[in-house]
Amino acid sequence: MSEVIFDGRPLPVQPGQTVAAVLLAAGVRSWRTTRVAGRPRGLFCGIGACFDCLVTVNGTPSVRACLTEVQPGDVIATQDGAGRAV
Amino acid sequence: MDVVVVGAGMVGAACAYFCARAGLTVTVVERGSVAAGTTGAGEGNILVSDKELGPELDLALLSARLWRDLAAEHGPAFEYEPKGGLVVAATDAELTALRGLTTEQAAHGVAVEQVDPSTVEPHIAPDLAGCVYYPQDAQVQPMLAAAQLLRLSGARLLTGTEVTGFLGGDRVTGVRTTAGDVPADAVVNAAGTWGAEIAALAGAPVPILPRRGFVLVTEPLPVLVRHKVYAADYVADVAADTAGLRTSPVIEGTKAGTILIGASRERVGFDRTPSLPALRSLAAGAVRLFPVLADVAVLRAYTGFRPYCPDHLPVIGPDPRRPGLLHACGHEGAGIGLAPATGTLVAELLAGVAPSMAVDAFRPDRFVGVTA
Amino acid sequence: MRCDVVVIGGGPAGLAAASAAAAHGSVAVVDLAARPGGQFYRLPADAPPTPLAAECAARGVTMLTGRQVFLVEPGFTVHTDGDAVTADAVVIATGAHDRPVPFPGWDLPGVLTAGGAQAMLKGNRVLPGRRIVVAGTGPFLLPVAAGLASAGARVAGVFEANSPAGFVRHPGVVARHPDKLVEAAGYLALLARHRVPVRRRHTVLAAHGTTEVTAVTVAKVDREWRPVKGTERRIVCDTVAVGCGFVPQVDVGTALGCATDLMAGTPVLRVDGRQATTVPGVFAAGEVTGIGGVRLSLVEGTIAGLAASGVDVPARLDRRRAGHRAFAAALADVYPVRNGWLANLTGDTLLCRCEEVDHDTVRAAVTGLGARDARAVKLLTRAGMGWCQGRMCGAAVACAVADLTGGAADPTDLTRRLLAQPVRLGDLANDTLEDR
Repeated sequence: MSEVIFDGRPLPVQPGQTVAAVLLAAGVRSWRTTRVAGRPRGLFCGIGACFDCLVTVNGTPSVRACLTEVQPGDVIATQDGAGRAV
Repeated sequence: MDVVVVGAGMVGAACAYFCARAGLTVTVVERGSVAAGTTGAGEGNILVSDKELGPELDLALLSARLWRDLAAEHGPAFEYEPKGGLVVAATDAELTALRGLTTEQAAHGVAVEQVDPSTVEPHIAPDLAGCVYYPQDAQVQPMLAAAQLLRLSGARLLTGTEVTGFLGGDRVTGVRTTAGDVPADAVVNAAGTWGAEIAALAGAPVPILPRRGFVLVTEPLPVLVRHKVYAADYVADVAADTAGLRTSPVIEGTKAGTILIGASRERVGFDRTPSLPALRSLAAGAVRLFPVLADVAVLRAYTGFRPYCPDHLPVIGPDPRRPGLLHACGHEGAGIGLAPATGTLVAELLAGVAPSMAVDAFRPDRFVGVTA
Repeated sequence: MRCDVVVIGGGPAGLAAASAAAAHGSVAVVDLAARPGGQFYRLPADAPPTPLAAECAARGVTMLTGRQVFLVEPGFTVHTDGDAVTADAVVIATGAHDRPVPFPGWDLPGVLTAGGAQAMLKGNRVLPGRRIVVAGTGPFLLPVAAGLASAGARVAGVFEANSPAGFVRHPGVVARHPDKLVEAAGYLALLARHRVPVRRRHTVLAAHGTTEVTAVTVAKVDREWRPVKGTERRIVCDTVAVGCGFVPQVDVGTALGCATDLMAGTPVLRVDGRQATTVPGVFAAGEVTGIGGVRLSLVEGTIAGLAASGVDVPARLDRRRAGHRAFAAALADVYPVRNGWLANLTGDTLLCRCEEVDHDTVRAAVTGLGARDARAVKLLTRAGMGWCQGRMCGAAVACAVADLTGGAADPTDLTRRLLAQPVRLGDLANDTLEDR
């Protein structure tokens, strides 16, 4: 069975699903907090236009969860603020 | 005394602010919106480090001091950051030339410090020859600065109002506008890149031309670039007399977390079509100085037109060809930095007070007989 | 790579353009998604390609998917995060995205666009929630709600802010498109079978919750979308799908200098009878020239594909386009966005989600700092300067500014983007090295 890791826990995936689909199917509603007020955010426009669903995938920050198709074994992490520790 | 200031950009706002402080009654006439022209397409540089020795540097030093005073009074309102500038040299030859320049700059009142690049900028490229730190360089959010100074001036503001002509005979007695006549004892042309059009309406031409500049803006990031950082060849670039593309970007962080990378310099008239070569060389320059930026996304690019004169000096002061008309334009890429000094000089000249510095080099009629 | 015609966008209009142009020369389609189809023909990964995409493939169209176009240079070179494509003609078929209208709580997780809810279902077979409220305006709400209900969601209600009774103003247009009535009736019947209440002249006033949405308040509204006091009702839900029409993605065209017109409150690319924009060699088709639905997109795409190939356009296509445009105009008249939503905002309701700019901040820029238009507000407040570059907030900010100044709402300046997509600095910089 295929799965990815989200914030340390395994989630099942179907081939060709987007990151957002995998997270929503698992009942995860938010996977980012905003830079200014730390507001939780998740899927909004769903088609790549709003950038609200940004998430960190395999260490790369600010990936659009609605456009990015998962690969089995992907490590997905909640993104805080700008998504970088620099 | 009633004064009309034409233009609600940074320079017009500073003229309005200092004229109002001098007790004059000010009306600002703006064809668009506040800070909608070159001010809204700038980076907010307040630099002394890049100025040619002479009147331009004197103006910049005066202005840097006035910005500090303004910030002490109203600082948080326009994001003033006295972050200092860092000029980096890639090669030993550049570093030698840079150090030679700093000796002269120091003699003219510019504060310079020799520092180690990686100590002051942890993410800077490790292979640079060296750098010089200029503590007087600073930054503001230019749109907020213009809007706040206009607000603080208490001037009457007529936006969406275009100047269509001048009132009076030999002596200017106000302006005609799309919203009717506005009488005044004096008119200040602070129309920036469009200053030549206003001057022509008054029959007192000044040769101001547009120079296109692109700026790249990154995604918001944690603090990654601490100062205004640019390559030593930028100093030569500002005064370059070539028409083609020249780029040696100034890289700086902002309070909003974005990093600004700009500006390119091209003399192509008022052409806004995207130029990939300009954007690419900005990106390459930024990545060369800060390799960590290679993985950072650029969210947007914008373009603006910097007003320049053939001798790269601004036009400031009364126009002897048309009494009652003063000019305050043509600041090239330095209008934000030079605005308070310009506004102060204009206010002093109007109020009949001895100006804070000699303005002869900025005379509006210095180009008579010279072709642009 | 080089080709005769490059099409930006692989939805119905783009695929129709590519198919038509492929009979006359070499064609490439560049699209953001992993598979062509756009929003209308969105399919799961394991589904066979849509017939139009198959037709393009059979005609030798090069399909460049998963590519982000960030800039088109005059001449024309389409720059992407992969290879660049050069071509003699460009067809812009970049489509549209949902137009959200802000309300308190609209940025809570669980509130998403109607199009986003549908994309999740069509492209991934995943429901965005269990108990869903669908709200906003426009005929698109019905298929979204029907799709969610059919897939097993409990749709707690469909709230349409306008009234389809407005079609009585367009009897001729309705009579010429009986299929549209049948389609709508089908969705309504399906919703009735699932016991989904469908309410006209109702809107979501607020979404409630702390970490995600747990309920909404809905109320009856008047013709101007102002809530009717005393009609407020709280509905428990975990998801709210909202949409008030669509915003065409005009940025690639405006960066090239193409003129726009305002249509239904947002800019569209101006085209002539051959779908040519005001810039020679640049054509546009589909929603980017005005919202009109899939059939209009297909006709416009075919015309644009032929015109971009330098081929004559048959008159019958003109007539078909005129019929679909008449219907689109009637829809725009029946389902406008009215300004009453502004009255629901609290001072701390965000207008710009990315930069977290609230209504009070926008108001202060207008009343305190002299901003008279949307661009000045953007420069002074950062509204529209974030990741989405004003896509989500542009129309709303323009309405809010117009409401404060008494002027006309014009979001055009907030849709201008020199860069149509984010691009890595390293990618931009490396291109420089290749050029040398």
